[in-house]
Parts: sequence; structure tokens; C-alpha cells
Amino acid sequence: MDTSQGMSPVVDNNLTLPPIADAAAAPRIDCRNIKVFYGETQAIHDVSMSFPDRAVTALIGPSGCGKSTFLRCLNRMNDTIENCRVEGQILMDGENINDADVDPVLLRSRVGMVFQKPNPFPKSIYDNIAYGPRIHGLANGREDLDAIVEKSLRRAGLWDEVKDRLMAPGTGLSGGQQQRLCIARAIAVQPEVILMDEPCSALDPIATARIEELIDELRNRYCIVIVTHSMQQAARVSQRTAFFHLGNLVELGDTSQIFTNPREKRTEDYITGRFG
Amino acid sequence: MTDKARSPITSAAAAKHLKRRRAADGRFRYYGLTAILTALGALAVLAVSIGSQALSAATYNVVRYDITLDPAVVAPEGKSRPADISRNVEGFYSLIRDNLLDTFPEAQEDRVLRRELSDFVTRLAVLPTARLVAKNPELIGSQITVTAPLNDDLDLYLKGGGVRERKIRTGLIASVQAGAEGTYALQGAGAFDKLIAGLTVAGEGRATDAVQMDVLLTSGASTGRLTSITPGAATMELLTGKAEDFTNDRPTARIILSPESERTISDRQIAWTLALKDMGRIKREPRWTLLTNSDSTYPELAGGLSAIVGSLLTMLVTALVAMPIGVLAAVYLEEFAPRNRVTEFIEVNINNLAAVPSIVFGLLGAALYINFLGMPRSAPLVGGLVLALMTFPVVIIASRAALKAVPPSVRSGALAVGASQMQTVFHHVVPLAAPGILTGAILGMARALGETAPLLLIGMVAFVGDVPKSPMDESTVMPVLIFSWSNNAERSWEPLTAAMIVILLAFLLLMNGLVVFLRRKYERRW
Amino acid sequence: MLQQLGQLPMGWLLIALIAVFGSAAFFLGRTRAERLLETSIGRMHSRPNYHGYYVAMCTVVPVLLIAVAYAIFADDLTRSQLTRELPSSFDRLSAPELQSYLDSVRMAAGTAASSGADRVFQAITNRYLELRGFVNAATLVLLGALAAIGIFWSQSRLRPDFRARALVENGMQLVLFLCAGVAIATTAGIVFSLLYESLLFFQKVSAWDFLTGTRWNAQTNAEFGALPLFFGTFMIALIAMLVAAPIGLFSAIFLSEYASPKARGWIKPVLEILAGIPTVVYGFFALLVVAPAVRQLAIWINELIIQVGLSSEPVLAAQPTSALAAGLVMGIMVIPFVSSLSDDVINAVPQTLRDAAYALGATKSETVKQVVVPAALPGIIAALLLAVSRAIGETMIVVMAAGKSARISMDPTSDLTTITVQIVSLMTGETGFDDPKTLSAFALGLVLFAVTLAFNVVALRVVKKYREKYD
Repeated sequence: MDTSQGMSPVVDNNLTLPPIADAAAAPRIDCRNIKVFYGETQAIHDVSMSFPDRAVTALIGPSGCGKSTFLRCLNRMNDTIENCRVEGQILMDGENINDADVDPVLLRSRVGMVFQKPNPFPKSIYDNIAYGPRIHGLANGREDLDAIVEKSLRRAGLWDEVKDRLMAPGTGLSGGQQQRLCIARAIAVQPEVILMDEPCSALDPIATARIEELIDELRNRYCIVIVTHSMQQAARVSQRTAFFHLGNLVELGDTSQIFTNPREKRTEDYITGRFG
Repeated sequence: MTDKARSPITSAAAAKHLKRRRAADGRFRYYGLTAILTALGALAVLAVSIGSQALSAATYNVVRYDITLDPAVVAPEGKSRPADISRNVEGFYSLIRDNLLDTFPEAQEDRVLRRELSDFVTRLAVLPTARLVAKNPELIGSQITVTAPLNDDLDLYLKGGGVRERKIRTGLIASVQAGAEGTYALQGAGAFDKLIAGLTVAGEGRATDAVQMDVLLTSGASTGRLTSITPGAATMELLTGKAEDFTNDRPTARIILSPESERTISDRQIAWTLALKDMGRIKREPRWTLLTNSDSTYPELAGGLSAIVGSLLTMLVTALVAMPIGVLAAVYLEEFAPRNRVTEFIEVNINNLAAVPSIVFGLLGAALYINFLGMPRSAPLVGGLVLALMTFPVVIIASRAALKAVPPSVRSGALAVGASQMQTVFHHVVPLAAPGILTGAILGMARALGETAPLLLIGMVAFVGDVPKSPMDESTVMPVLIFSWSNNAERSWEPLTAAMIVILLAFLLLMNGLVVFLRRKYERRW
Repeated sequence: MLQQLGQLPMGWLLIALIAVFGSAAFFLGRTRAERLLETSIGRMHSRPNYHGYYVAMCTVVPVLLIAVAYAIFADDLTRSQLTRELPSSFDRLSAPELQSYLDSVRMAAGTAASSGADRVFQAITNRYLELRGFVNAATLVLLGALAAIGIFWSQSRLRPDFRARALVENGMQLVLFLCAGVAIATTAGIVFSLLYESLLFFQKVSAWDFLTGTRWNAQTNAEFGALPLFFGTFMIALIAMLVAAPIGLFSAIFLSEYASPKARGWIKPVLEILAGIPTVVYGFFALLVVAPAVRQLAIWINELIIQVGLSSEPVLAAQPTSALAAGLVMGIMVIPFVSSLSDDVINAVPQTLRDAAYALGATKSETVKQVVVPAALPGIIAALLLAVSRAIGETMIVVMAAGKSARISMDPTSDLTTITVQIVSLMTGETGFDDPKTLSAFALGLVLFAVTLAFNVVALRVVKKYREKYD
């Protein structure tokens, strides 16, 4: 059942990876025997997998397969859902983030998240970015904060488009810009990991292309986990891919391998469009 | 491995910062909890304060009288028709007063005492007896037992309200000797030790002799007032009963903390009440008269029947006017109205009407119905019409929500088999929305039932002693009766008002219970 | 004969006649349509029932109009004729005196037991009955004639291809529209009656003096400066909001963000009980519990201040009824109005916004304070405005617990009076509609209506905009 069990956690011989990724051979996040329950129903069955630093891991699978639920385990967003229970270990820097004494607030500042629908706060562009640094006390004074805002917007590739209207409301931007604003907002807190939950599903193809480019740039600095229902997108942006089905991790491997030579029958059926 | 220090968040300063943030988080939650508990606490205080008052009015003390229906008194010549007998308050009252005078002969000669004794029962309390005799004239000449409610102040006293007192059991009285002018010397070794200690406490250490404070000593049906006291002896002035009762007894002493001049009841009245109680002639009964009597100026006779009937008549008018208009208007707005200025204006009007202060509707009622249309003041018809104007916006809003909840597929289905729009709406949509419409209407009616202010302005605040028989009769309603009673100065109206409130709330609870029941039974999710 | 007619119970009679005419017309129409159905070739446009409804409609509507006209004008008509016929000795009576005399005549005519009254009265009563009998008879004849015309005319129109259903449904739709129009009529009635009586008042007292005068003494018909009333209303509403705004808002936040669904499931209905309790009950509560407690507290504070030496005489008024007592209880009453609507708007804030804040590492309180509440702010402000409007218009609590003295005092333990209290005290008891005392109540009502309307309109508009934003 658990196909990842037999594999070494990170077998990363993808030659397209930039050299910097080789340095981080050790996984950034290591999940062991994750089970998630909503009340009585089990949504995730005993999933173990790890996420390498400075690489993009894509989670694919038909809708309702638990990939988003699994993603939300990684920064304990499931805590905000009533009667949702997570079992198992998720190790970051050797520390289990599911431990009771781990503060989810602190965890989430290290593991940022971008959501399906762009969700800028009903505040100005500047305040959207500055919100995270402000609550965590990351900036010393106004100039420092300005610098963080600029740096984050630059990294998100949004600076040139909005630098003249930083005080305009974030909700006034186009959908693609809003999503990049949300990415910039996540970056501003200086996370180590960025989780993306179908970040392009509400966007048009051009905006999607921009976001995908951005993801590709960001992987030089962060461990990125992206949930997507588009197999093409997974193939384009990720180095590793995990296929989920009915709450189980069916197959995990290098993206090129999963898409060209899947080991599991179910993976093949899904990729070739027999179900999904 | 990434070093932890890479992120500034994991630094020591950040940890301190986080601790502060966590504390702020906890405080915020605590504010919310405090707010909820304050609101719930206020509700609890309200419920307990009114509930406890109402509980004391749920029962009252009635006195039993054995009277002989002397024909010369109850049906004197020329006044022996049943109608005359039923109105012969004075005659029946004199029978009861004579009965009391027989029981307490000491009041017979003294005019002040006679008046104090006649306060025990109000004249009008004999009306039920008079009516009974008028209906059964064969009773005349025989002896019958009647009951009449005890005077409201004495009733309150027996329930432990109105007069503050402390009860202390004295020691054994060995002997009683008559002195001058109805005074008696009581003796018993150490009999009054505890009483003296109690007096010291009650007088806050100031005075220990009984003369400064009212102390009543009761043994059986006999009661006296202490005039002086030492540990082994005391003198008392006998108020009622026989002095012999005290010998070889341990009488109960009552230290009355409020002086006689500040009370509505005298020492003598207390003594008689205790005596009647000792004779077993006072019984505490459930106060059904609260539901069967109409308003009265005497608290012990007052009841809410006329107001309850008035409320029902008013609600009937309100329901007959507000419900059809409200439901039909909602049907129009939800199913037929074109999207135009007129419709929008109607909707704005409805929403605003639902928020207009109720007293403004009272002014409208006074100007329109009474001044312009010349309708009678104080009539349930006018009250009901005023409340209908207030209620129908609520009915419209609730009915629209219910109609909106019916899925469009139902309409399409009916239209597809060739029903006209009117048929679709009245054959399919309205029946499906009926439970929702009904619950909304009941909630609107419940609000109207508790409404007071607009009814004051159309004269429904008048004293109404008769049960109204039609919507045109002079009438009052429950909330207005509560208001009128709460305006009465006497303390004994307080529990009565609270009891009336409980009756009103019971009606409201019934209506809300009905709503919950309807929702449970017919709730349907599409 | 006419006198007997004058004693007819016309109300019941009219209702019965309408029912009889209506059902008779319906059956006649349906029978005729059924006969048409048998004889006609091809299909009829409408079912026979609709033909019946059509005939009934044509019969009942004119009859109903006559009945309404009778209810409104019959008494006036009789009276004006009777007044014209009264002996000249009645000329010296003033209008209200004449009015009350005629009222008693009508009363006597209604009971028909006028024995013992003087002969003039008896004669006038009999004449009243005769006139009334004439009006009644005329009404009944007219009614019967109209009903007959309605039945025969509408029946003659029935044909197989007659569109009875369409006509009936148009009629129904008109009825529905008229029902909805009652809302406009009610508002118009409020505005018109308040304006009309207020204008009469302002002919006697200048509007400027009314709005800015500081002395109110309406009961003795002398002074109509309403400023102390406005002040009292404002003061008590302010106290109420100081209680209700924080408690209501924090309750809403706690319920929507912190409470478990189970706790929410029972706390919310319990809080809503507060809104369902009749205001007269709150008034009694204020009178019984809160006002004495406030008084005790004020006395205690006075003693404390004297003991400490800050002042040599009592600072607080410590009256048995006080603005503070009324305001506190009103605040409790208003809590659910704030909490319920705030709860709604807070729940309408999309979960994605909360998720965004949490994902950045915001704590719950930071999310609430910096994201949820600002997003819900327009709705929360609307809730507060509606609550203020409710507090300003609330009557029973202030009538029972706020007192009656019109003064401007910052001391919350002194008794203040409000607009609503004065309206009630002016309108209860003996009132005549030409008395400036009574009219001033309408002027106060106009101010009250205008102010609450302004609050409501703004609030409802904000709520509507807000709903559109997140829908």
C-alpha cells in the first residue's frame, strides 16, 4: 500500500536540478505515518514522504484524494478546522511539528502558504505585505519594513507593476496580480517552506504562466510544495511528484519518472486519463 | 540542515515577542468570555429576581369563616331578589366582620381596634359568596363555611415580607400574674436569656430593654407585647387571647425590627393573624384568582383575566389583519413584482417600518383611528389594528425568506405542466413555504403580544374591571396591566406584577415553543 | 321602524351579506359555465371554477367598497345631519362639548336602555336612531342592487372562450399589489399624521423655541423647550450603548471565532431570549432591582466622597429612578441586537481571509482584530446604528425607570426624561386633539421618527452594500 516505504527518502538524481539543490540532500520536511481524520472518517491513510529543500514537489491526484488536506498538515492549518485530527510525525529540523508544545503561530511563520483563490486582505498593497512582518516584529522601523515590502514584491515579480500605487487596495488588482501579491505576502515573513494549494486554479492561462515562472525562480531559495490538479503544470514546475488516490500516497518519484514511466498501474491510469 | 538562527523568528527576542503575543491572545479570548457571561448573568439575575417575586404571589393566604346566613342581613325585606342578594356586599361583609369580632372580643368596644380588625378582609372579597347565595337561595338561614383572601399586607407578612422580624424561642415560663390594665408579669428562671441576647444583636448593642423595640410574645393563639424584660422576668401587655396560655409554655418571641409607625400593619393585627393561623383558620392556597379574577384596586382580589382576554381579542384582530396582508404582500414581492422603482420603494418602506419605534405606531393609531376615523378608545379592535401595522412588516420579511427558500425547480416543474403563474404560486410554492411563513407570523405575533407603548397611547391603560366580550369593548392587555400594576405604590403589588409577568412570559414561551415544534417537524433542506 | 333599523348590528350584517352574495355569485357563475361546457364544441378557455370566481369577484368588490364607505362615513353622516337639526339651545356648546354629547347619544342608542335620561336627550337619541336607520336602509338597498347588477352583468359575459382565469388572476395580482402597498400607505400615514399634528402645534409654538428651548413644562401648557428631552434621550441611549456595544461585540466575536459549535448552539438562542423579553418586563426589572441598586451605590459613593473629604455634601443625586438605571437595563436589552447582527457580518467574512492570516502565523486574536473585524466593520457599524435607533425609540424602560423631570444634568444618578416618556405622559389621561399639550406629543414623535429613520436608512444601506460585497 505505502509505496514510499521502500524508497530512500530522497533519491534525487534529477539532472535538471540546479547545483544548489544538491547541497540540501537532506529533506526539509520528513513526514512519517500521517493519518488525518474528519470526525470518524479518515481522509489520509498512513502517508510517509519527505520534501527536499530547494526543489518543487507536486502533489497530484483526482479531486477529493486528500492532497490538499495533506498539504494543510504541513503548517498545521488543519488546526483551524473543527473536529479534524492529525496523527503521525512531521519532522522539521528534527522536531515534530505536531508536538503539543510547538506553537502553530511560530510554525506558520516558517511554513508559508498560498491558497487556491487569491485572498488579499481588504487593505492596501503595502499593508498586505507588511502585515506578516509587523505581527512577527521582523522589521526595525519604517525603512526596514519598506525594504522588506520592496524585496518581497520584487521576488514575487510584482514590484514594477505596483510600485507607484502601494497604498491602493490589494483587492483592486487583477486575479493574477492578487495571487502574486499573496505569494509576496508569504515571502515577506521569510519562510523556509512555501505551500501552494492549487495556486493557479482561479487564474487565466497568461497569469498562470507568470505564476509558474515565479515558482521556478523561487525554488532556488525555498522548499516548495504545490498541490495541483493539472498534470501538465506538475510536469512543468516540479522536480518531484507524488500521486495521491483516495487518501493514499500511491507513488512518489522524480517528476520525469512519474510521467514517463510510472511504476504503479493506478498512476499510469490517472496520467493517461483513464480516471480523474 | 538549515541552522535555526537563519530565520529571525527563532531568535530569543522573537521568542519574547511571541510570548507577549500569546498573552494578548489569551486576554482577548477572556474578554469575549466575560462579555458572554455578563450578558447571560444579566439574564439570570432578571429571571431569578422576577421568578422569586412571582413565586411568592403564586400562593396566598385565605381565612376561613363559619357564618350563619341570617335572612335579615343577607336578604332583608324588599331586597330578597337574587339580583339584590348578589349585590348585597354590605350584608355579607357584616357577617364576616361579626365573625371576626366574635373570635377577637377585645376589638368589640374599641373603635380603632374594630377598624384594624375589619381590615382583615376587603368588602369586595365577599362577592363570590354573595353570588353563590343568590344562585342557591335555599342556603339562607343555614350555616356555611366561606373563605376570603387575607389582607394583602398581612399576607405579605405571613410570607416573610414587608416586616422584618427575628424569631427567638424563650425558656419555660413558670408563672403568670395579672397586673394593672391588661398587663401581666411573666416569670421563669433564665427564660429570657436568649431573648435579651437577641435584642442586643438586633439593637446593635444599643438598647437591651424591650420598651425600645417591639417584641411580641406568642403562645398558641395568644400574643402579648413586652414592656419590660430581665433575664428571669418580663411584663407584657396582652394583645389577644388568654394570659393562662403562657404558663408552663415556651412562647415564641418576635423582635419586630421596623417600628409600628413605619409599618402598614399594627402589632395587634400581627397578633390576630398569628392567632387565626394557630386556630388553623388560615390556609395557604394556590392563587388561581390571578387567572380567574379581573383587575381590582385590592391586590388580594386582583387578577389578570380581563387583560388575558383583552390580549387574546387584540391578537385575534392583529392576526386577522396582519397575517393575510403580510403573506399576500410577501407573495407579491417575491413572485410577481417587476424589478422597478415602485417595488424598490415598497421594499425600502418595509425594512424601515420594521425598525420604526413602536411608540410611533401608537401616535399613528391615535391620530388615524381615534381622531380621524373616530373609533373608540381602549378597544381591542383599535389596539389590534395598531399592532397589525407594526407586525405586518415582520410577517412580510419572514414570509419572503420562506418563499425564497423554495427552490426554483418547483416553480419550473409546475409551469412546465401548464399551470399559470398564479396557480404555480398558490398550489405549489406557498404550501411548501407555509411552515416558514407560519413560524415567522407567530414570532411577529409574539412580539406584538409583549408590546406596551403604542397601546398606552390609544387609551388601553384604563382600569378595566370587566372581562371584555367583543373587540369593541373597553379593555386592557397583559403588558399594559403589568405596567399599571408596577405603578402601584403598595409593596404587595410587586409579587403580583411579577406573577403577571410570568403569565405573559408563559404565553410567549408557548408561542415560541410552537415555532420550535413547527421548525422541527417541517424543517426541510433543499 | 326606522329606529329599529338604526339598531341593526351592521358590522356583522355586512360581513354576512358579503359572504352570502359572494358564494351565491360563485355557484351561479360555475353552474352557468358548466352548462356552457356541456353545450360548447371544443375546449373552454377557463375551468368552470374560474368563471365562478369571476362572477363572485364582480359581485363582492363593489359590495365591499360600499361596506368600507359605510364603516367610515355612516356615523359622520348621521351626526352632521343630527347637528343641523339640533335645537338652537345647543349652539352655545363648544365643538368638543358637542362631540362628547353626541358620543353619549350614540352610546345610548347602542344600548337602547336610555331610561332615566332627560327628555331632550331621549328625543335626540331617537332622532339619531331614525337617521341611522335611514342610512342603514339606504346602504342595504344600495348593496343589494349593486350585488344584483354585478351578478347579472358578469354572468352575461360568460362564453366558452371567455378568459375568466386571466381576469381573476389579474384581479388577484391587484389584491397582492395592494397588500404590498399597505407598507407605503403605513409610512405615508405615519409621516402625514405626524406632520399634520406637528404643523398644528408649530402654529402655536415656534419650531425654533421647541427645538432649542431648555424649559419643558408641557403638563401645565406653558413651556415647550424640548432640549432637555433630547438630552435625556441622548444620555440614556449613550449609557445603553456603553453597555451593549462592548458586550454585544465581544459576545459576537467570541461566538463566531472562539466558541465550539455546541456552545454556540445554546448560547446564541439564550442571548436571543434577551431580545424576545417584552420591554415592560425590563422596565419592571429596572424598577424593582436596578434602580434601587443604583441608588444604593450612589449613596455609598456620596458617603465615601464625604468621608475622604473631597466634598462636604453629596455629589450624586441618588434618585429612586435614574438615567443610569434605565440606561443599564436598556443596554442589556440592546445586547442581542448588537451581537446577532455583528455575528452575522463576522460570519460573512470569507474563511479564506482568516486562512491567509493564519498561514502568515497570526494568532487568533490578531486575525480577529486586524483582519476579520476591519473586514466586517461596515456591518458592525450598521449593527451599532440599529441598536442606537432601538435605544432612542425604546419606551417602556424609560417610562418606568428614568423619571419625569426635564433637566439637563450630567449626573447619571439623577432622573432624566426622554422624548418617549413625554409622549406617553402627554398622550395618556384626558387628551383633546386641539390641545397644544397633545399636539406637542406629535412634534416629539416627528423628531423621534426622523432621527430613528435616519439611523435606520443609513444602517440598512450599509448592511445591503456589505452583503453585496461578500455575496
